[in-house]
Amino acid sequence: MKLLKLVPDDTNIKFLNLRIPFFVLSLVLILGSWTAVAVNGLNFGVDFAGGQEVRMTFEKRETAPIASLRELVGGLGYGEPVVQEFGGPKTVSIRVALPEGTEDTPGAATAIGEKVIAAITKEYPDARKDGNDTVSGKVAGEFRDQAILALLAAMAAVSIYIWVRFEWQFGVGAMFALVHDVSVTVGLFALTQMEFSLQIVAAILAIIGYSLNDTVVVYDRIRENLKKFRKMPLPELLDLSVNETLSRTVMTSLALFLALIPLLIFGPPSLFGMVAAITVGLFIGIYSSVYLAGPLLIWMGVTSDSFVPTESPADRQEKVARGEA
Amino acid sequence: MLEFPLWKKLWLWGLTLAASLLALPSLANVAGLDWPKSLPNPQVNLGLDLAGGSHLLLEAKASDIRAQRLENMEETVRQLMRNAKPRIRIGDVSTGEGRLSFMLDSAADIDRARGLAEPVMQGVNLTREWDLTVVDSQRMVLTPTTAGIDAALDDAMESATEVVRRRIDELGTREPTIIRQGATRIVVQVPGLEDPEALKSLLGQTAQLEFKLVDLNALPENVQAGIAPPGSEVFPYAPGTPMEGRYEAVRRLGGIRGDNLTGAQAGVDPTDNQSVVNITFDAQGGAKFAKLTRENTGKPFAIILDGQVLSAPNINEPILGGSAQISGSFTPESANSLAIALRSGALPVPLTVVEERTVGPDLGADSIRKGLLAMAIGSIAVIALMLATYGRFGVYATIALVFNVLMLLGLMALGNFTLTLPGIAGFVITIGAAVDANVLINERIREERKRGRKVIAAVETGYKEAGRAIYDANATNFISGVALFAFGSGPVKGFAVVLVIGLFTSVFTGVTLTRMFVAGWLRKTRPNDISI
Repeated sequence: MKLLKLVPDDTNIKFLNLRIPFFVLSLVLILGSWTAVAVNGLNFGVDFAGGQEVRMTFEKRETAPIASLRELVGGLGYGEPVVQEFGGPKTVSIRVALPEGTEDTPGAATAIGEKVIAAITKEYPDARKDGNDTVSGKVAGEFRDQAILALLAAMAAVSIYIWVRFEWQFGVGAMFALVHDVSVTVGLFALTQMEFSLQIVAAILAIIGYSLNDTVVVYDRIRENLKKFRKMPLPELLDLSVNETLSRTVMTSLALFLALIPLLIFGPPSLFGMVAAITVGLFIGIYSSVYLAGPLLIWMGVTSDSFVPTESPADRQEKVARGEA
Repeated sequence: MLEFPLWKKLWLWGLTLAASLLALPSLANVAGLDWPKSLPNPQVNLGLDLAGGSHLLLEAKASDIRAQRLENMEETVRQLMRNAKPRIRIGDVSTGEGRLSFMLDSAADIDRARGLAEPVMQGVNLTREWDLTVVDSQRMVLTPTTAGIDAALDDAMESATEVVRRRIDELGTREPTIIRQGATRIVVQVPGLEDPEALKSLLGQTAQLEFKLVDLNALPENVQAGIAPPGSEVFPYAPGTPMEGRYEAVRRLGGIRGDNLTGAQAGVDPTDNQSVVNITFDAQGGAKFAKLTRENTGKPFAIILDGQVLSAPNINEPILGGSAQISGSFTPESANSLAIALRSGALPVPLTVVEERTVGPDLGADSIRKGLLAMAIGSIAVIALMLATYGRFGVYATIALVFNVLMLLGLMALGNFTLTLPGIAGFVITIGAAVDANVLINERIREERKRGRKVIAAVETGYKEAGRAIYDANATNFISGVALFAFGSGPVKGFAVVLVIGLFTSVFTGVTLTRMFVAGWLRKTRPNDISI
């Protein structure tokens, strides 16, 4: 039986020849993402913005009547609502801000949600109520703080792990690759204005884990090759390592991709944002482990000495004394 | 590396099958089959986002507890000084700035007053709950200590949680989850409850019932302007009562609280067909109530619920039987809700809803169906890829993948973990990522074969060299999984649980199990060449 080989034997792509252009591109992507976040802002869902969010599905229609819903809910007198597609064309999320001062009057906020739902079901009797979230401003603020803390803690912790298991240069390289992955993913959400919720932060934390998988595999091979080929120039050695692990990278990414795509197409609409983030993050992660995590090692001066013990000055003196050197 | 003695094989198979069997009850449940009652029935919990239901996060205001403690302390101190022999006269009592301060009429009493107050500064377990200082030799200042406040808060939250539980039990909803969270919060989750309004109105009322004497000396125009005479306070009438919009001045101290109740029932007053709530005091409460009504016969007292006056009837005669009737323009529903609230006890502190999530039941069922479909398609695609690429080794990887999913589900059932909507995504990601171990190993075996190693040596090196990267990759995933778990609330925690347990089952099935399969095959056939 002839077995499938996605990456031909003896593939030797000179990835690292293009390291400078791609490094510049990465920097541009990072800065561009930050700019997108600063200019567009993130479309925070109810988790982070606070307020009242109602989700409804219009099963009998091709698409949810977003424009008329906006008018309908806007006419209720709770300010301008955010009405948008949620994971699929038939499902919408409708968000209204909490009125000032409702922190101290329990029930006032959720009463708004009830009124919104009542108004919609009156106009569209076949609309299905999927859910209804109320998050106070205080809790939303806590979610924001926790999210930032969790992202920073996760990035720091895995980088320290890499530093301990490899060398400090590898830790810095991994950290930089992660900053890139997280920035670009968040930047995409700022660009597309897809809803940014707790689930998306969960997706980014998962990306941190999986993007690092690729980095670890490449680093592991670099470490092995550094010990094996002590005279090989570093760029060549990195290319060798990336090429040797290339078929693994392609296979694993393809497997993950094959599992994620059905979830994206056939899965529950409310998971769409999260799965989309993970899918995109998967590719960003592969790119960064080849073009960021690797080349950074060159510029930080990794050598075989990092893993093979060198002569200490004391050993050297001893050798000199014995007349061996 | 490829040696598997019998005991090891038995042990590995035992572990695999045991964990996989634990998944069967949950699978039967999803498929809608009946699981025999005689067998153990570990089930994966479905999160609210899959089962439908309501999630409420309640928060207590710590400042209310502090204020109440000060008020109680004021009453205690007044009583101590009044009962001292000879009586110690005090004045200029204030509870501003979070502390209680008062002036002795005579500086000569200071040591006696101190001696009396000192014992009540200690808490039950000898922690110092209040600091006592004397200012200008005549003023005593009582400041609550941090330890005291924390203990009071903890106490209040503990009993508030209990009260919440009793109230929800009265509603008869099934399997509510009620957990304290942090210093001032309580999480309430009620599966299957789609309309949480009744629940919220029940939890929204503190049900702090008070009987206080009306201050007959207060000037009516001041009272209506909300100004209370010294020693009194002003409360509004509750909405819906005939006196709505007006105020009543009551004596601040000397009333009683409706804490000591043995029963509360909604009923109808036969004379006017109004809905009422009949309450019964316990012995202690009954005695206090009897004393209050005996000493104040002929005067009006106000019945106050959560800071609003329900009514202020005259005490026509002493009420000695230990029961009373509360009327306040109730509807049958509100009378019933108040009766439940009073029966289950007053909340020691008002709770407000700071987060509420409701999920309709249709959405959950729909999500499970779509999630399973996506998982099935994804699995088939991944399996096809593995078979096409690695042949026989792909078959082993496929068997490992099936056991991986079963063991993951089984371990979740064993640990009684909750499967949430993001958890379904976690399952799918685990399926995709689990094969990474096999890919790493198989690619390494290919490489070693290409370099000319013999079959056995290539397989051994493959497992050994790939093992290091697998270990490091999973360790970093574990770290991010822990961050995910620490960060997440309900649904996200469910995602983290699946990913983290999935790491362990993936490594076990992807590395250990496949090595056993491969070893068994190599030993039996001793091939000179393998296709990989």
